[in-house]
Amino acid sequence: MASITLDSLTKSYGQTEVLHHIQGEIQHGEFIVIVGPSGCGKSTLLRMVAGLETVTSGQVSIGDKVINDLEPADRDIAMVFQNYALYPHMSVEQNMAYGLKIRKFPKAEIKRRVEQAADILEIRDYLKRKPRQLSGGQRQRVAMGRAIVRDPQVFLFDEPLSNLDAKLRVQMRLEIRKLQRRLGVTSIYVTHDQVEAMTLGDRLMVLNGGYVEQFGTPIEVYEKPASVFVAGFIGSPSMNFISAQASKGQLTLPDGTTLASNTSANGPVTLGMRPEHLKQHGSGPIQLEVDLPEQLGATTLVHGRISGTELPITASLNGIHAASSGDVLRFDAPVEQMHIFDAQTGKRIE
Amino acid sequence: MVETRPFLTFVTHLVLILGVVMIALPIWITFVAASHDDIRMTQAPIPMLPGGFFWENFKRTLFGSGLAGNEITPVWRMLFNSLVMALAIAGGKIVISLLSAFAIVYFKFPFRMGFFWMIFLTLMLPVEVRILPTFEVVANLGLLNSYWGLSIPLIASATATFMFRQVFLTIPDEMLESARIDGAGPMRFFWDILIPLSRTNIAALFVILFIYGWNQYLWPLLITTDSDMTTIVVSIKQMLEAAEQSPQWNIIMMTAMLAMLPPIIVVIAMQKLFVQGLTETDK
Repeated sequence: MASITLDSLTKSYGQTEVLHHIQGEIQHGEFIVIVGPSGCGKSTLLRMVAGLETVTSGQVSIGDKVINDLEPADRDIAMVFQNYALYPHMSVEQNMAYGLKIRKFPKAEIKRRVEQAADILEIRDYLKRKPRQLSGGQRQRVAMGRAIVRDPQVFLFDEPLSNLDAKLRVQMRLEIRKLQRRLGVTSIYVTHDQVEAMTLGDRLMVLNGGYVEQFGTPIEVYEKPASVFVAGFIGSPSMNFISAQASKGQLTLPDGTTLASNTSANGPVTLGMRPEHLKQHGSGPIQLEVDLPEQLGATTLVHGRISGTELPITASLNGIHAASSGDVLRFDAPVEQMHIFDAQTGKRIE
Repeated sequence: MVETRPFLTFVTHLVLILGVVMIALPIWITFVAASHDDIRMTQAPIPMLPGGFFWENFKRTLFGSGLAGNEITPVWRMLFNSLVMALAIAGGKIVISLLSAFAIVYFKFPFRMGFFWMIFLTLMLPVEVRILPTFEVVANLGLLNSYWGLSIPLIASATATFMFRQVFLTIPDEMLESARIDGAGPMRFFWDILIPLSRTNIAALFVILFIYGWNQYLWPLLITTDSDMTTIVVSIKQMLEAAEQSPQWNIIMMTAMLAMLPPIIVVIAMQKLFVQGLTETDK
């Protein structure tokens, strides 16, 4: 069983601690996405699991085995790199076979595995080619093929799609997901792209500044973000945040508008509303003064301010809306779609 | 820059042709001189067209005793000495530099930068500067008049180490990490990944170092006293002042031509890799 346990995992470079007591249990066959802005330590975390970075304190285990001090080759993992890291002087076939060759697999077995992986990834026609003769998407497949042939317990992906163009990225995203389902291999996938994170992951680990902000399913993360950071990071366009005063279940916005809510908090809070949850309503309490509408076809994003203030707010409307700068639109804020966060700590208040 | 001005084109071609003539003319004269008999070359004016003694001179120079009335070693032996020395220098420098660059780039060890700077310092100490102490060392080791003595003191090389360091630094770290995950140990990585990736650079360096080794004059002159161990470059000079008679230009020129040949062959054979190695940046 290839479950992965991260137990109070910490990484420091000299005096600077970059990852702080990361805690997490990953089940066998689960697809975990580590997501966060650049510099949050997500790649470092992955590389610690891979064995490319040393562990400062804490433990990583695969199954029941602590792997802190094992060489990457002895951890039974395979990794797909951002720039693929294919050996440029070897053919596709040799690239895929290299790890097996070093492990002294019999020739026939290597051939069988390479061909099997090539069939799965539909790269059989390119087996004799060199990596530079392949397109980005094909190289990506070869990199995955190299991981598959090893038949490892764990796949690690380090932003594997970020070098592809947008269309190919969507396509490869689906393929990675299907492949992982089919092979059932426990996987950790690092990305800064929240769409990739939402679509790929069984669960997301949202990292910020070396701390785990939230570790849950994509829907949990979307519906019940644990902090202002998670709420702002996941979802596009990102959530509106308005500071408000809470008392007796009512929220008072800076412009004096009062909103009904079901919060039990009192005092200063941060109200979060996703743009897609603001309902346009002729007599709604929230008044949005339009600065700039963005027509996306399926939806229209209206960027503006709350009337009479400088507080930015964005609403997402279905279909095409002819709003122009200076118009005032009114919105309802549905109670069940409100997110209330502590104004000080940024943590969610239920 | 593309310009369509006939006059400029004419001038540039003229300059180029003049350059080619300046370089090619001495070689032509060498060839012409090598194809006449002894007497013709002592008469003025010197001939500008080839004569009919080329093959005879060739045989006499390569296998015969060379200059008449002189107990000099046949030229093939000197060519062979030069070849051994040049190959040993080029090969030795490449092997040592590859290994030291590998150590400096990929391993963390105490005083790593200290070693790096020590190698750097040797740049300021070419053979000519350290020639007396080096001679002393080689003499004490009993390496005078041997291939070891000819090549080893010239092998230590900072330039090649630098070049390979730069080459290795351009190879992305992921290559190493990927190889580590594939289970390749350091020497396996060196052999399977680094060497093939530096192939063109090795070839370029080989060409440069082979010619460097081939053209060594001062060092072989100093440590070879036995005429069986002289190199061809040294021997040409010795032929000029050999006997009391006037120099036998046909034989000397033939020797000079033979001395030019191996570097030319190396350059032509490795031209493609050489150019790639110097210009290619993409890894």
